[in-house]
Amino acid sequence: MAKITMTVNGRQVSGQCDDRTLLVHFIRENLGLTGTHVGCDTSQCGTCVVHMDGKSVKSCSTLAAQAAGSDITTIEGLAANGELHPVQAAFKANHGLQCGFCTPGMVMTAVDMIRRHGGQLDEATVRAELEGNICRCTGYHNIVKSILAAAAEMGGARVAAE
Amino acid sequence: MGVEGIGARVARKEDKRFLTGKGRYTDDMSVPGMKYAIFVRSPYAHAKIRSIDAAAAKAMPGVIGVLDGKQLLADGIGNLICGWMIHSKDGSPMKMGAWRPLAHETVRYVGDAVAIVVADSVAEAKDAAEAVVVDYEELPVVTDATKALEQGQPQLHPEAPNNLIFDWQIGDPAATDKAIAAAAHVTEITIHNNRLSPNPMEPRATLGIYDGGDDHYTCYTTSQNPHVARLVMSAFYNVAPENKLRVIAPDVGGGFGSKIYIYPEEIVCLWASKRTGVPVKWTSDRTEAFLTDAHGRDHLSKVKMAFDANNRIIGLKVDTVANLGAYMSLFSSAVPTYLYATLLSGQYDIPAIHANVRTVYTNTAPVDAYRGAGRPEATYLLERTMETAARELGVSPAELRRINFIRTFPHQTPVIMNYDAGDYDASLDAAMKAADWNGFAARKAEAAGRGMKRGIGMSCYIEACGIAPSAAVGSLGAGVGLWESAEVRVNAVGTIEVLTGSHSHGQGHETTFAQLVADRFGVPIDSVNIVHGDTDKVQMGMGTYGSRSGAVGMSAVVKALDKVEAKAKKIAAHLMEADESDIVIENGELKVAGTDKTVPWFQMALAAYTAHNLPPGMEPGLKEGAFYDPANFTFPAGCYICEVEVDPETGVTKIIQFVAADDFGNIINPMIVEGQVHGGLAQGIGQALLENVHYDPENGQLLTASYMDYAMPRADDLPSFKVSTSNTPCPNNPLGIKGCGEAGAIGSPPALINAITDAIGNNRLTMPATPQKVWAAAHAAN
Repeated sequence: MAKITMTVNGRQVSGQCDDRTLLVHFIRENLGLTGTHVGCDTSQCGTCVVHMDGKSVKSCSTLAAQAAGSDITTIEGLAANGELHPVQAAFKANHGLQCGFCTPGMVMTAVDMIRRHGGQLDEATVRAELEGNICRCTGYHNIVKSILAAAAEMGGARVAAE
Repeated sequence: MGVEGIGARVARKEDKRFLTGKGRYTDDMSVPGMKYAIFVRSPYAHAKIRSIDAAAAKAMPGVIGVLDGKQLLADGIGNLICGWMIHSKDGSPMKMGAWRPLAHETVRYVGDAVAIVVADSVAEAKDAAEAVVVDYEELPVVTDATKALEQGQPQLHPEAPNNLIFDWQIGDPAATDKAIAAAAHVTEITIHNNRLSPNPMEPRATLGIYDGGDDHYTCYTTSQNPHVARLVMSAFYNVAPENKLRVIAPDVGGGFGSKIYIYPEEIVCLWASKRTGVPVKWTSDRTEAFLTDAHGRDHLSKVKMAFDANNRIIGLKVDTVANLGAYMSLFSSAVPTYLYATLLSGQYDIPAIHANVRTVYTNTAPVDAYRGAGRPEATYLLERTMETAARELGVSPAELRRINFIRTFPHQTPVIMNYDAGDYDASLDAAMKAADWNGFAARKAEAAGRGMKRGIGMSCYIEACGIAPSAAVGSLGAGVGLWESAEVRVNAVGTIEVLTGSHSHGQGHETTFAQLVADRFGVPIDSVNIVHGDTDKVQMGMGTYGSRSGAVGMSAVVKALDKVEAKAKKIAAHLMEADESDIVIENGELKVAGTDKTVPWFQMALAAYTAHNLPPGMEPGLKEGAFYDPANFTFPAGCYICEVEVDPETGVTKIIQFVAADDFGNIINPMIVEGQVHGGLAQGIGQALLENVHYDPENGQLLTASYMDYAMPRADDLPSFKVSTSNTPCPNNPLGIKGCGEAGAIGSPPALINAITDAIGNNRLTMPATPQKVWAAAHAAN
């Protein structure tokens, strides 16, 4: 068993878990933050993406113990003061989600993508960057549109593809 | 329509919780004392179970219990069933082999469940499941349906000699043979429709809770139709009587058909909860999902299409073998029969059709409805055949279709269906214009200059949605009715709850159903809550599949709204001392037409509940229910065009553009309809280009059991889509809706394969059109 302390969504948390416990299970089971999902067993689908020290990681392929001492943001920590983050708002405005299951991972990936690329984002880049996130509902059309709209809103990317 | 009414592009009410991590999916549920289940599954595709030794597993840390199929049988839990009876053409009923929730004698596919382990944690349950010793005697295996029909092959069920489940036919064989004999031209083609895994992103999960105090069970489950789940678990599986079983399908992360069925895990977790005395939660991992979620498609068909000298189709003959896997899943028999062969007339006036369908057991996962369910198989077959015929006859693909389009409605086909409305020229015109079909030759020449092969292909599909009416489907063998229920409750302060037997797992019911209310009463959609997915809240319903939520579910809401409106007008008329026929409802007010007299909506509602001043004899309150049973199917149709560029050096296909022009009837929320089309297109393109469930034919091992091996469409596999609609209202339901959930998956595969075969100049190509296959076809003689 390991005793782990980390900061999650701005709050310091501690917990006991098996050495083999994955970060996603620590977040879901120990912390009760069930917005981060598990959609596969092979680190392919990206429903589990969170931010660790500001960068997107797949919490299904990170041990909870590896995250000790780090600063984690989950989907629950993105909206501030009851206001949706611009990426969340763009997904809503552009119908970038249907069943909602892949959505937390998509949004966390998109936030990191926009941070890294800023105004340089275009459709081809967004599609290439989404390689690690699978959606079965939307055909990605409106996800791409949402991310481009958010990027434009946040820092002047090229106009979203219609 | 108002800003939130019918036809408005309203952002979804449900999005906030999904976007902020507050969705409530089954695996998110937690109750005091809850423990975790892992299923012990067969590693063999076909084997006898000699013995199961769980002694070591039971002694492991954290283990609450290990239960097997003999105990399940002893407790009287019944077999899983197929709920649609099909008779062979000789009159004999389909041969349904026993499907035990936990196999105790024979396992018939890799992943067949044999025992459940319940432990304090998932990890401990997994460890213990590894320690359960099952002694198997391996049996020979068959995975291919055509091969399974041959003499001397492994036999799966004693009830079904040569693995034949039924040998069914529809249409007129003599008339069809006569047409073929008299034809000026006959196009013959063999069509393979590849096996797919539905892959909703949320894996299946269930939480079974037995309450010994009341002898009551609660089942949280990832279901598209919780009421059907309760009915089947009560009436057929002996889990509990309906009044002692509550089924809740909370937020469900996609279904695409795979969550219609009642699987062994729900039943076993409920039973195990009683046996162990603890709530039992099971969540599938992705490999289990590939192994055990019902697959889709897997048809092999031989087709003959006969033309007269004017290129009019005079007959169509189809011989199909459909692989149903190791057991008959809940609606598996309906998919390759009434959901498939009844659509073989497509958009065309075909005087004679005959289809013969044989369904077969194999040592593979059960096969059932997957987005489109039979209609993609019919459409792919027809539209590949039409394209092939156009090439053989030297007619343009659009022209051949136009020659044969149905243009007068209603139209009775030779295969049961009576098309009520449509305008196939309109969607073909719209698609060709959007795709700049006429400019293709120049684009092809430009691509050739770069050494690339460009191709263009089309597909004109029709589908049947909102399968109904109940009496008709009952006469065809359905074990259930296919109506829908609704209840509209106006609260004393005027806010409204709409209870529906329909179920949303991504379709956006919480928004679109509220739009119906906003449209009718002029109240904001935020004052309307949609309640669904809980058998304790909604009395009965048939759930969501077959694009039925709009055409059937919303129609039930309309009927209930009619009753609420009538009573509300009576109350308002009484309050304003006016005649009820003079009352109109606008912008949240009830008005006396032609006067300035008004009663706000909330005041009318309050009056209904204070009951101080109601018309004589009127009951207090304002709550109305309705059941709606449609008069007919609905018939969405459309035209899809795909343009591709194939690299002859690598065989890689790039989609240059994909155009969808659909006729969905009236539309409640165009934003949501477009999203449904996008998603369907992605699944259809996935089938055509990428996806394939592959079993090792020697040993029945599933070789595509993870996202490393099964090629799910990713963002950079797909283009942005060009979608539009040109709508003819459906005359058979009050909203004129046809349904839009499956069209994309139905119409897209043939358009894509027609485009690739056009590009490479070789018509012999099977799905998925992987680079290796396309390269080989491009370099082979036609």
